[in-house]
Amino acid sequence: MQSFQYSKLQLYALFILRVFIGWYFLYEGLAKLLTPNWSAYGYLIDSKGFFAPLFGQLAGNAALLDVVNIVNEWGLTLVGLSLILGLFTRIGYFSAILFLLMFYLSHPPLLHAAYILPTEGSYLWIDKNLIMLAATVVLMLFPTSRIIGLDSLLFRRKKS
Amino acid sequence: MVESGILYRTIRNEARRKSTFMGEEKNDIQKENADKPDKKVSQGRRDALKAMVAVPVLGAMAYGVYQKKKTEFTNRNAAEMFRFKSDVAAYTPTISDAPILRLGIIGYGIRGSQLMQALGFATPAYVENLKEQARINSENTRYQDFLEQEDLRIEITGVCDIFDVYAEDAIHAGSNIFREGLNGKYGPQPKRYLNYRELLTAPDVDAVVIAAPDHWHGTMAMDAIRAGKHVYVEKPMTWTVPETYALRTLVKENPHLVFQLGHQNRQIEAYERARQIIEKGLLGKISLIETGTNRNDPNGAWVYPIHEQASRENIDWKQFEGDPERIKEYMDYMTSAGVTKYVGPESRDKFSLERFFRWRCWWDYSTGLSGDLLTHEYDAMNQILNLGIPSSASSSGGVYFFKDGRTVPDVLQTVFEYKDKDLTMLYSATLASQFSRNRKIMGHDATMEVGNTLTVTVDPRTEQYRQKVDQGIIKPGEPFYTYVPGKSVDAVSTATERYFAERGLLYSFISGKRYNTTFLHLKEWIDCIRKGKQPSCGIDQGFQEAISAHMGTRAYLEGRTMYWDKDKEEITRE
Repeated sequence: MQSFQYSKLQLYALFILRVFIGWYFLYEGLAKLLTPNWSAYGYLIDSKGFFAPLFGQLAGNAALLDVVNIVNEWGLTLVGLSLILGLFTRIGYFSAILFLLMFYLSHPPLLHAAYILPTEGSYLWIDKNLIMLAATVVLMLFPTSRIIGLDSLLFRRKKS
Repeated sequence: MVESGILYRTIRNEARRKSTFMGEEKNDIQKENADKPDKKVSQGRRDALKAMVAVPVLGAMAYGVYQKKKTEFTNRNAAEMFRFKSDVAAYTPTISDAPILRLGIIGYGIRGSQLMQALGFATPAYVENLKEQARINSENTRYQDFLEQEDLRIEITGVCDIFDVYAEDAIHAGSNIFREGLNGKYGPQPKRYLNYRELLTAPDVDAVVIAAPDHWHGTMAMDAIRAGKHVYVEKPMTWTVPETYALRTLVKENPHLVFQLGHQNRQIEAYERARQIIEKGLLGKISLIETGTNRNDPNGAWVYPIHEQASRENIDWKQFEGDPERIKEYMDYMTSAGVTKYVGPESRDKFSLERFFRWRCWWDYSTGLSGDLLTHEYDAMNQILNLGIPSSASSSGGVYFFKDGRTVPDVLQTVFEYKDKDLTMLYSATLASQFSRNRKIMGHDATMEVGNTLTVTVDPRTEQYRQKVDQGIIKPGEPFYTYVPGKSVDAVSTATERYFAERGLLYSFISGKRYNTTFLHLKEWIDCIRKGKQPSCGIDQGFQEAISAHMGTRAYLEGRTMYWDKDKEEITRE
């Protein structure tokens, strides 16, 4: 049982951060699910940096690309639901970190990398994906779902 | 998952330690419950509430998604008129037991070798180079593409080039039937002919591909038709005006022979869709078409490399000079029009490596920007808009950058007027700037930009779309419709799609396979020969192309407007 000692403000701040990141993931997932013929192909071939060949290979292989597409569409949606509802958040956080790591590694804000997809800011080495990744790590270390979230019901029931 | 378990355990241990440490604190949640047993029910309710507090967030998300989808749906409906049922004809593979067609190749220079590659025949050295490139860069798929390109069931039985080195290369390419690199297994070698007329008498040649310099196109095509061969001739169709009529007559008299002019743009899917959009009147009344060419390197300006082995001994200069009858037509025109300053400057019989390899720089062999590059733009627009021959043409320009002794201009503007269609087509070219300019077809209601993809932008002053603009469904001035070839659903597309499409990336993804248009154009010709059909760029389109280009050229040379007398089918100065 979680028994972190948070002040009310601390608790709600963490909770809001969790919901916001969850919202972001959920809409990214839904938008992909609701777009006919959505594919990660374009994003993958736009990859730059050290891992670019790896992401290029994913794009080049039709079977792997299908897997990548399904994992993105449903993965992002489920991570979003998990974080918003506070349900199975440890898996949620872990998956979120994995996704963000992949996004970061495929499009690292390197000195000379120019991407086709426009970015809405100016970045050097640190971008919003990495910041969100760090925030998710913080959330993971300061869990809230067993205080505010469905995990609280789930794990109490288990215990009793 | 294992790692996740470890990670979580660490957190739990951390939490346990903390809770032990904090255990004494009064406001600890569990402790609070234990301290106030009488409030247990309401506390349970509070816990349930805390557990569910984020659920309304999902409601907000659902509402947002619903609203967003509704807007998109309205936009999609607005784009409904841009939906088309039929797509461009699907690719039909060659029948595996189709009879072998025997081809002769006339001219194996830059374009000739490209055409042979498109037919599936390349020199072992070229294939070796493709292999090497694929080895160095795994993303370079040209070698694989070349190997996978469909076998058109053809045989190269004869080749002709007046430069010995090129002729040898053509023989090696023709015998490389297994598409092998160096030290591979090759098939029988095609026969080399020193003069194309000998090749045309060969009984084992059914059809010829002509890629000689411009001043030979018409003559060779006519001789081939007379010899009973099907013809694929590179653009421009002719070098002089008189031969244009003669070739048309000859092709029309021999309808059993298939004639194709080399304008591979005819195979570009997006152009077919562009034609449909205009036919439906979606752009409104079209008044102006803007096309152009921008290049900025010596190769693009026809300063081709001179082969190091080339010499007087291995080049048949006499044959290069041209057909006497053609030269007479050329000189008659230049003299009668008073533009002999554009002839030469060197004597025609004087051997020159520069002229041999860079012949496009002199009117004596060339048709200049009009024949080489305006024809591409013209034929694309003729394909989309069925323009026909302009009622008048005027041109201007000059040799402004490449002052290397050339007589043909490197900057050229040609304006074609179509009085019966009430529209102008502008062609504007420079060989000294590579700034990218899209082809634009401008209508009263919308403008279409044409490339590998199509973009339609609605005009702020449109009448046809007035209501939708007022309702805010269509935003004028912003791309409203984008067509990406091969895409199953085409309507309003996302910004991301447009970014990729404009860079030609989406195309290869969606249709799965990208074909070389030159391959498709040659294949169309071969399919027509087998099925007795007419190809997309036949003699009528070729006649319109050649006359339009000649009008532009003459307008430049004479410095005045040229007119087309429709009834007499004559270029006049009015």
